[in-house]
Amino acid sequence: MLSVKDLAVSFQTRRGSVDAVRGISFELEKGEILGIVGESGSGKSVTSYALMRILDVGGTIKSGEAVYSGVDLRRVAEKTMRDIRGREISMIFQNPRAALNPIRKVGHQIEDVLRRHAKATRYTAREKAIEALEAVKIRDAVARYDAYPFELSGGMCQRIVIAIALACDPRLLIADEPTTGLDITTQKAVMDLVSELIRAREMSSILITHDLGLAAQYCDRIMVMKDGGIVEQGDPVELFSNPQHSYTRKLVDATPREGESIRSLLPPEDRKPELPHDVSEDALLDVRNLTKTYRGKSGPVHAVKNISFTVKRGQSVGLVGESGCGKSTTSEMLVRLMDATAGEILFDGVDIAAMPAAAFAKNSRRGDIQMVFQDATDSLNPRHTARHTIAEPLQRLGQMGGSELSTRIEELAGLVGLPATLLDRFPHQLSGGQKARVGIARAIALEPKFLILDEPTAALDVSIQAVVLNLLMDLRAKLGMSYLFVSHDLHVVRLLCDHVVVMKAGEIVEQGPTLQVMSNPQEPYTKELLSAAPKPPARRIVA
Amino acid sequence: MSDASIKSAAKSSGGLDHLIYVLRANPVTMLAFCMFALIILAAVFGPSLVPYDPLATNAANALQAPSLAHWFGTDSVGRDVFSRVIVATRLDLSISVAAVALSFVVGSVLGSVAGYWGGWLDAVLNRVLDTIMAFPLFVLAMGIVAALGNTIENIIYATAIINVPFYARLVRAEVNIRRDSGFARAAKLSGNSDIRVLAMHIFPNALPPMMVQVSLNLGWAILNAAGLSFIGLGVRPPTAEWGIMVAEGANFIVSGEWWLAVFPGLTLMIAVFTFNLLGDGLRDIVDPRQRT
Repeated sequence: MLSVKDLAVSFQTRRGSVDAVRGISFELEKGEILGIVGESGSGKSVTSYALMRILDVGGTIKSGEAVYSGVDLRRVAEKTMRDIRGREISMIFQNPRAALNPIRKVGHQIEDVLRRHAKATRYTAREKAIEALEAVKIRDAVARYDAYPFELSGGMCQRIVIAIALACDPRLLIADEPTTGLDITTQKAVMDLVSELIRAREMSSILITHDLGLAAQYCDRIMVMKDGGIVEQGDPVELFSNPQHSYTRKLVDATPREGESIRSLLPPEDRKPELPHDVSEDALLDVRNLTKTYRGKSGPVHAVKNISFTVKRGQSVGLVGESGCGKSTTSEMLVRLMDATAGEILFDGVDIAAMPAAAFAKNSRRGDIQMVFQDATDSLNPRHTARHTIAEPLQRLGQMGGSELSTRIEELAGLVGLPATLLDRFPHQLSGGQKARVGIARAIALEPKFLILDEPTAALDVSIQAVVLNLLMDLRAKLGMSYLFVSHDLHVVRLLCDHVVVMKAGEIVEQGPTLQVMSNPQEPYTKELLSAAPKPPARRIVA
Repeated sequence: MSDASIKSAAKSSGGLDHLIYVLRANPVTMLAFCMFALIILAAVFGPSLVPYDPLATNAANALQAPSLAHWFGTDSVGRDVFSRVIVATRLDLSISVAAVALSFVVGSVLGSVAGYWGGWLDAVLNRVLDTIMAFPLFVLAMGIVAALGNTIENIIYATAIINVPFYARLVRAEVNIRRDSGFARAAKLSGNSDIRVLAMHIFPNALPPMMVQVSLNLGWAILNAAGLSFIGLGVRPPTAEWGIMVAEGANFIVSGEWWLAVFPGLTLMIAVFTFNLLGDGLRDIVDPRQRT
């Protein structure tokens, strides 16, 4: 159905031409779902853009051919290509909100594509658009027809995008990270829907993802890409249980899954013995009846409702929940960036919630409670070098200066595995993993007793996530810190945390020792979360 | 950006290297900086370099066309136009730099405060700025100078006041989008008070777009000062100033003495043009993301 031969794509940049895709070849059968997995920069998205001929400015298909039903997508006229897009080949993009026009009703956006490809007339368009909405299982489709994208949740928006993509019954659907940024239960709902529709309509599909577990669950065949080339392809179970290429092996190893330890995420040669970490019995942080209520336009909004939990000295507690459950609000209150409406935060026996967040910067305990932020890029000042960033807490709170300061910065850089030569770089000159290390170095600079980690690996590739998680584990053992690990990824929480707290709609639904909650969840919501997480097939260790 | 491309990139460059890089990368910026340097030279050394005293009259030599002795000709009382044009650079440049600096500082403070704390302060400030912008700006400047008195300082104040809203708005928007950014929160965790976070972390990030505004404004402020002088406000004759010279020369255009108005006018145009070109280059210099 689709046959790609020696496809090569390059981009013109300030430093000359960069090859994004280096001569890849693959076939796609009718009715097949092909998964393309790889880390950022592997060329997986560029491949799909090249097939649709929607490459960014400066990008050109250098050579090769992509034959779809006898038509070479590379050479065909732009006019024909416009007919093919949407009617023959459709695409779902990563961020559904960005893919929809924010100022047009979603129904009209579906009509646009129907009428463009003459699948509907002015008189039948509305009816057909509603049919398309029903096809993606949107409840109350007639009412939703008039909705604007901002009125819909992320999952709903992605359904609309799918409805637009499938409105004209294309034969091939390209899904580029369709569920990145969606909650885990929404991800499952969206992926189940997409795969059901693809099977029902006997379409072919290319699923592009960085999540091996997801690819394994929904694809018939998987292709692993690295640096613009295909390193390995084959049946998902086979690929997982017995990866041939060293890169695939590394990727499979780095994907967190059941029954693995945190060290096993690393390539075998990097697995050092785990350092022991001691959990003492006395509480470092005791949260009592913490509540946060906002004044909304239509009455009060209860972001966090009366939650209580304890973090012991040296303990790692996982705070799990989906977006909007109040986990970020909770961590903001604990780190004293936000004032609580009610409740106590006892830190070392002192109620730190009593002190206003605005004045806490001057408090002597400021250095004891630190945070690693979710988005490493956003959390680094673009005008400060790595050295400057790490120096900030040391100068402000540690009153350090001169050679003492630079010695300490280099020591910290060593501790987080950041080469000292990178210290004078600006954030945009560092890779994602390096930026994460700078953020961690800054947070641990004052040797805090309590560190809040807000999804510290969410924006990282799995192989870098593996390294960062191991780093965090080693630091915990070396410095004896307590962690509050905020995450939506249960597999990661399982690896790092001793205790887990599950939140939903501002309340704690379940908490307990990690092993117990994960293996024997009591609450239906916890069960739902656990079952929605993609389960990568286990790797068979060939003896 | 991948690890490989980072490693292949040259090691972090200093300020001077970066300046040279920006100038090399963009010939237009190079040209703008050369012209700017020329204007600065004229402003600093002009009065000691010019061949004639800009105020010395010589009735015997009035209204001479451009020649080797008088490159830009002479005016109705025999003063050398070339000398006057060069000497005027210092005055015009000082007025515009002072006015822009004043509106930059005031606008930055107001905009930062409004963007960071928001609330009623923001609302009040925005309405005040709206009110200023609702006036035709040149007429407002005329009114201010007429009311405060006909002096150079008042031209500066008037030009500054009508420019403040542009800076305040720009800074407000730039600060507002970064108010809750990760690096601002991280700075608070490092023990910075709100004011320090605003001044040391958030505000500097607004500088790149501000630089574009500054350079466009410099040109605009020169035009504004010249415009005020042209209609007889602010700088008074016989002081050498481009606006007055154009105004005085305008009377002679009909009788064929074109050089009186054309040369100061051209100089004014070149100065404004230079500042307009300068903007992009200045932005690239203050933006660390342009360094590789």
